[in-house]
Amino acid sequence: MSDILLQGAGVETFYGKIQALRGIDFEVHKGEITTVIGANGAGKSTLMMTICGTPRARAGSIVFDGVEISKMPTHEIVHLGIAQSPEGRRIFPRMTVFENLQMGATVDKLQHFDEDLVKVFKLFPRLEERRAQRAGTLSGGEQQMLAIGRALMARPRLLLLDEPSLGLAPIIVKLIFAAIKKLNEEEGLTVLLVEQNAFHALRLAHRAYVMVNGKITITGTGAELLNRPEVRAAYLEGGH
Amino acid sequence: MEYFLQQLINGLTLGSIYGLIAIGYTMVYGIIGMINFAHGDVFMVGSVVSFIVILGLGITGGSGSFMIILALALVVIIAMLIASVYNWTIERVAYRPLRGSFRLAPLISAIGMSIVLQEFVRIAQEGRPKPIQAVITGKHELLHRLTEGGEFIVTISNMQILIIISTLALMAIFTMIIQRTSLGRAQRACEQDQKMASLLGIDVDRTISITFILGAALAAFAGMMFFLYYNVTDFFIGFLAGIKAFTAAVLGGIGSIPGAMLGGMVIGLIEVMWSAYFSVEYKDVAAFTVLVIVLIFMPQGLLGKPEVEKV
Repeated sequence: MSDILLQGAGVETFYGKIQALRGIDFEVHKGEITTVIGANGAGKSTLMMTICGTPRARAGSIVFDGVEISKMPTHEIVHLGIAQSPEGRRIFPRMTVFENLQMGATVDKLQHFDEDLVKVFKLFPRLEERRAQRAGTLSGGEQQMLAIGRALMARPRLLLLDEPSLGLAPIIVKLIFAAIKKLNEEEGLTVLLVEQNAFHALRLAHRAYVMVNGKITITGTGAELLNRPEVRAAYLEGGH
Repeated sequence: MEYFLQQLINGLTLGSIYGLIAIGYTMVYGIIGMINFAHGDVFMVGSVVSFIVILGLGITGGSGSFMIILALALVVIIAMLIASVYNWTIERVAYRPLRGSFRLAPLISAIGMSIVLQEFVRIAQEGRPKPIQAVITGKHELLHRLTEGGEFIVTISNMQILIIISTLALMAIFTMIIQRTSLGRAQRACEQDQKMASLLGIDVDRTISITFILGAALAAFAGMMFFLYYNVTDFFIGFLAGIKAFTAAVLGGIGSIPGAMLGGMVIGLIEVMWSAYFSVEYKDVAAFTVLVIVLIFMPQGLLGKPEVEKV
């Protein structure tokens, strides 16, 4: 059994009066890819944001590497070693690709910037070609690469990836998932991956959760979930 | 032609002062989307503090030039510090608690803060105008020509040289900070997406505070220059200068720092040129008319952000 890097227990999050997370328990183990799949609006992105403290959990605990983070401000949480490539990518459109990557290295205080830049460019050569370009003018796939690259510049111990395949051409999706796999296998990077594209995510994942209406309903290894009839019916075969 | 040249010099001087104040408006708008209506009064505080310190140090035009430069450097540092403390405090007590409230709330709060600053200075320092003898004197003849109307001399005073040169230097330094340093990057990041900036480890509250401090420092610098240029200040100068600088910021494209600088120069020039060729009484009308025209035909301002982003 590997060590637990991130553990949530009874996590509840509200947007005003609307409850988005209804008591979530989850574990992310060191060196593994953990995935959360589920339909639109199930609360997956809320979970990712709650881990980072924005919004903050109203109840429950989130422990990262022995530190209770559920009451900490966002910028302090990420300084512990959590980086996120969020839903909708949220690259800085009026900054260049290079500046976006510099922003990513904020947590690292640009100490290993040159070294990490080479790594990110090796992973996504397209970014190197476009380094001086304003990020807002990149294609969707390139923006996604930038969002992941930016997160990697922080040298995270835990990488949160929210819907990296959303709205991308299948060939780009393949490329991005290959990159995630490579990071996990070669660098031992721990990844928490949220996806609607359940098939890709489950094939990659060591550990998987299915989320419905703010709750975890099914838990297992990626391979187990791939073979569960109810998962196949709901998430892999068009929902029928 | 000589007359025009003279007015150009005068206009650029005034425009420099507006430009420096305008940067504070535009930066704050850029980062938290509100107009800090108290900013003109922070400029006023800088100006009045300069008056107090200059008087306290006993600087006069008769002091040696080396002493004057040394003393004014001290004055401007004190003025910047105090104005920064004011602006920082205003943000902490009057704006930050209202963040996330409805959009008009901080605006109303800002107008309130403007009145607070004015009244505070009026009561603490009395309402009378505060004159001094010119500290920086002397001027240079640039052109000397006999025309049919008599002789016309184009001059530039040492004070004007000081204002224009120091403003350009300050703007250059400031642009460097915004474009090249991690502080400037953090600021631009917060401007574009605060939540994402915090996800990357930026302390957004701290960045906003620094924005208020930087804006106040520039305004205080402008406040001292304004005082030394006109040799008088009072508790009310922030109102009109503030509105003009705000106009400059909108004219240049609110949120754009080069736009604020350019807008300041344009407003200064319009005001001076209108006074010179048409009527002094209507100079403010002219300046604001230009604003209206620009807003109608170029709502994003002269250097406003082009919207060419893919989502």
